[in-house]
Amino acid sequence: MAAAKPVPRPTPETQPFWDGARAGELRIQRCTACGEHYFYPRPFCPRCDSDAVEWVAASGRATLHSYVINHRPAPGFEEDAPYAIAVVALEEGPRMMTNIVGIENTPERLVLDMPLEVTFQERGDQCVPVFRPAGAGR
Amino acid sequence: MSVRGRVAIIGAAETDALGVIPDRSALQLHADAARGAMRDCGIDRSRIDGFAAAGQSPIAVAHYLGLTPRYLDGTAIGGCSFLVHVRHACAAILAGLCETVLITHGESGRSRVGAASWPRDQASIQGQFEAPYGIMGPPTLFPIGVLRYMKTYGLTHEQLASVAVAQRQWASRNPRAYKRDLVTVDDVLASPMISYPMHLLECCLVTDGGGALILTSAERAAAMDLPKPPVYVLGTGESAESQTISMMEDFTTSRAFRVSSASAFREAGIAHADVDHLMVYDAFAHLPIYGLEDLGFVERGEAGAFIAEGNTRPGGRLPMNTNGGGLSYTHTGMYGMFAIQESVRQLRGEAAAQVPDVRVSVAQGVGGMFMSAGTLVLGTAEAA
Repeated sequence: MAAAKPVPRPTPETQPFWDGARAGELRIQRCTACGEHYFYPRPFCPRCDSDAVEWVAASGRATLHSYVINHRPAPGFEEDAPYAIAVVALEEGPRMMTNIVGIENTPERLVLDMPLEVTFQERGDQCVPVFRPAGAGR
Repeated sequence: MSVRGRVAIIGAAETDALGVIPDRSALQLHADAARGAMRDCGIDRSRIDGFAAAGQSPIAVAHYLGLTPRYLDGTAIGGCSFLVHVRHACAAILAGLCETVLITHGESGRSRVGAASWPRDQASIQGQFEAPYGIMGPPTLFPIGVLRYMKTYGLTHEQLASVAVAQRQWASRNPRAYKRDLVTVDDVLASPMISYPMHLLECCLVTDGGGALILTSAERAAAMDLPKPPVYVLGTGESAESQTISMMEDFTTSRAFRVSSASAFREAGIAHADVDHLMVYDAFAHLPIYGLEDLGFVERGEAGAFIAEGNTRPGGRLPMNTNGGGLSYTHTGMYGMFAIQESVRQLRGEAAAQVPDVRVSVAQGVGGMFMSAGTLVLGTAEAA
């Protein structure tokens, strides 16, 4: 049997993020003391160390910050190769790693700073956020 | 309190074999290197009272060697661990915790004999937020900021390839280098694509090998009848950023490089013009570019052209990675030990591709994917 793609395992601190993904919502955190949006999940603000933080739904809009195109696929990604492993900048500020779907993963098509929007892929018992060109879902 | 000139590297050795060593476990590679370093400075085990190692447990290696340490350092922060071990050993020696510290590296990176496995915890930050996207080791992670750097500063694919060209020129002069045939920019760009924009020749080797260092106070070193001149520690630094590269604050510069190197330069009291020789850990071709800028040798965005113009090649004004580096000399997985070894050889005047009159050498290490950093400024007695 072919290997499956890796499935993330939530911790208590990250559970709301993964619950959000399952509900089709990209949840990040915001510090109510300093206003900073941040990712990855922590129950305190990495910028000002305040405990006054809240979960918010991100807009899902992002831009393509940087990427590589991997020619030696990880287990479970054999049929995708070569595929981009990207980092996107969310509209709210934080960056996150992701895959880019709905577009050929080539240097010519994947242009830095192009607008993207979030969508979700089933992955085992979780859903993982991935991004597609903005407007592709409409 | 500055370490400057107060602690010396008195013994240094790499394993005799380097490259493909299927008849040696990782543990034995530590031991081969350790015993070589003791022979190098003419001391026996009874003089070693401090021990540091990464990759394998320092307890396992110390016992294997028959040591009874009263100072242990198991700092394992990736390939720069050994530079940081030197820093910590200086502090321990000057604080009187121990007198003579042995630092070892051994890794069966290619043959995987007795090598540690790399289990991935699906609940770690990387397991949750990077692994689901098909990461496949360092080639898919370390270069992830390169396209952003290219867009920001106009670095070209040809300039990036010239890093591998420059280092192969050094390797061609070094009989111990794993890859010695000269290559051109076209050769690099024609090599297989591994992880765009990185071609095979822009990625490090995967080899077996080891190295070891022995440090003691400059005062004790002066009282010993050493076969080779001591190499003095002038300045040290260390830092860390993120264990996941996607969380790095700026894809065009390493905060860990900047913090670590600034500390080392400040402690050494040197200016960039004082540096005769430079080692920048080159797991991939973009690392020397970031290193030259983050250490302050050139302005931001200038390093690609600086390397392409030949400034770091044999005969250039800033000889860099003179053993051939991780791209052409050897790369066991945690290459930092080999960067230190080459700095020591250059300062002793015994390198294969010897640079004339090296008095100050800087070794810059990286751990993980811009995860951590360690910096050493080393010098001859004249510089200390």
